[in-house]
Amino acid sequence: MEGLNYVGAGLIVIGAGIGIGRIGGSAMDAIARQPEATGKIQTAMLIAAALIEGIGFAALFAA
Amino acid sequence: MRRNFLMKKITLLLFLVSFVSVAQHDESSVAEATSKDKGIKEQVKEFIDHHLQDSYSFDFFSITNDAGEITHYSLPLPVILWDNGLKVFSSSKFHHGETVAEVSGNYYTLYHSKIYKTDASGTIHYDAAHHPTNIKPLDFSFTKAISFVFLVALLMFFMFRKMAKNYEKNALPKGMGRLLEPIILYIRDDIAIPNIGKKHYKRYMSYLLTIFFFVWIINLLGLTPLGVNVTNNIAITFSLAIMTYLITTFTGNKSYWKHIFWMPGVPALMKIILAPIELLGTFIKPFALMIRLYANITAGHIVLMSIIGMMFVFHNWIGSSLSFVLAFILSLLELLVAALQAYIFTMLSSLYFGAAVEEHDEH
Amino acid sequence: MDKLINDFSFGTFFWMSVLFIGLVFLLKKFAWKPILDAVNDREEGILNALASAEDAKKEMQNLTADNANLLKEARAERDAMMKEAREIKEAMISEAKDEAKEQAAKMIENAVTAIDQEKQAALAHLKKEVAELSIGIAEAVVKKELSSQDEQIKLVEGMLKDVTLN
Repeated sequence: MEGLNYVGAGLIVIGAGIGIGRIGGSAMDAIARQPEATGKIQTAMLIAAALIEGIGFAALFAA
Repeated sequence: MRRNFLMKKITLLLFLVSFVSVAQHDESSVAEATSKDKGIKEQVKEFIDHHLQDSYSFDFFSITNDAGEITHYSLPLPVILWDNGLKVFSSSKFHHGETVAEVSGNYYTLYHSKIYKTDASGTIHYDAAHHPTNIKPLDFSFTKAISFVFLVALLMFFMFRKMAKNYEKNALPKGMGRLLEPIILYIRDDIAIPNIGKKHYKRYMSYLLTIFFFVWIINLLGLTPLGVNVTNNIAITFSLAIMTYLITTFTGNKSYWKHIFWMPGVPALMKIILAPIELLGTFIKPFALMIRLYANITAGHIVLMSIIGMMFVFHNWIGSSLSFVLAFILSLLELLVAALQAYIFTMLSSLYFGAAVEEHDEH
Repeated sequence: MDKLINDFSFGTFFWMSVLFIGLVFLLKKFAWKPILDAVNDREEGILNALASAEDAKKEMQNLTADNANLLKEARAERDAMMKEAREIKEAMISEAKDEAKEQAAKMIENAVTAIDQEKQAALAHLKKEVAELSIGIAEAVVKKELSSQDEQIKLVEGMLKDVTLN
């Protein structure tokens, strides 16, 4: 089947998008709960988001 | 149409033209006369493809006149090849890929922004998958990306040297230093110290600061209409990532290696399974760094340029102005991405360095 | 992935690494080290200045307390001195009064003695005068007696009437 790899990449990008969205949302909740820990939460959020993003890009380039 | 598209760049490029003593070679050709026949969509696509590629000359702009003749305004850069001996010649010999360069009996042709060794007439042989089978000589050319890296390095050196000199006389920063000092302090206090620890962070500060400012400045300049983008070149990001990898590897302490090859606190069988995974992890981390920077900047440029191109594809007021607004908003987003990618690269590098020098308590 | 490998140019990688490593070392020597040192020095300076300001404040507080103590002591000393002075004054006054009284008494006594002496002297003088007068009278009487006995008696009697013994 021609082009199925693009579909797979699309699925992975959707998954990564949902994942990053959830991380962002949870980080917002956490910041709202503990505004004094904003810096640490942001750092952890960015790292986690960056890791998922990496998977997304890997999929894009594999396709 | 193409003329308008390219002319946009002219105004912002004028200052550059003024100091590089333009080596403009007016050279008209009818080779691309067919480009008139191509649709605007193909032209945009071709332009984006060309933009994403490294090139052997600093193109400022090119003008197609009504007769279909193209005049290129560009600064040729040196081409350095290793092909049974060093071959150095100016990229102007290629005439933008339109002629074959002849150097001491060898002929080289530019095909899809790559140099191939050919015969005198510049024939390219293809295999079944339409890939050229000609010999590719080892290419050490001082390409556009590299010349830009060089310029940015010079700029950074003079900028920070000036800032450092100021501290000899004054205790407080002046001029650019007022902007740069908080950033330097941020990198030290919020990136290096929390991730690496107070004891070891000083060893890595030079690298972290250099990489942050380098990536940031080069990303920002990539957004200017200079038409250079350096961090979307895989070789550049590979170079940056491999440096992070090498520093991590060579500064790693005993505990770091122990955690990779013989993870303490897990059963022996797990240790054997974990070791290759952990080892693979050490390669994946810099690989992700490389891909992340490359992909973010490439994707940003493709999307931005496609939307700018859409202004010319839409032949009506509504579509074009919508694309313009979208392009404007995306440019702002790209400004953020430029800084964010520099930050993430620095952040993750310091995280890896931190893991390499961390002193674990026995657990 | 093919595109990535195809795009990879060893020359670009080589130059980039050379330039970047050069940049790191140049900046380290000529920029980051002086900048970070300067910033560190300044931060330490600020911390030291804050600490010394705190010290100065404490010293000031100590000084103020010392001052208050000194003031209190001085006031007490002054009070003591005042009290002493008042006592001395009173003592002096009473002494002066006593002395004056004594002096006055002495003077009065002296005066009385002098008056007595004068009186005695006056009396002695008077007695002497009286005796002389008596002798004079006696002479006169004696002279008169020569003439008449009667008259003599009359005279003596008359004189004796006059002279009453004091």
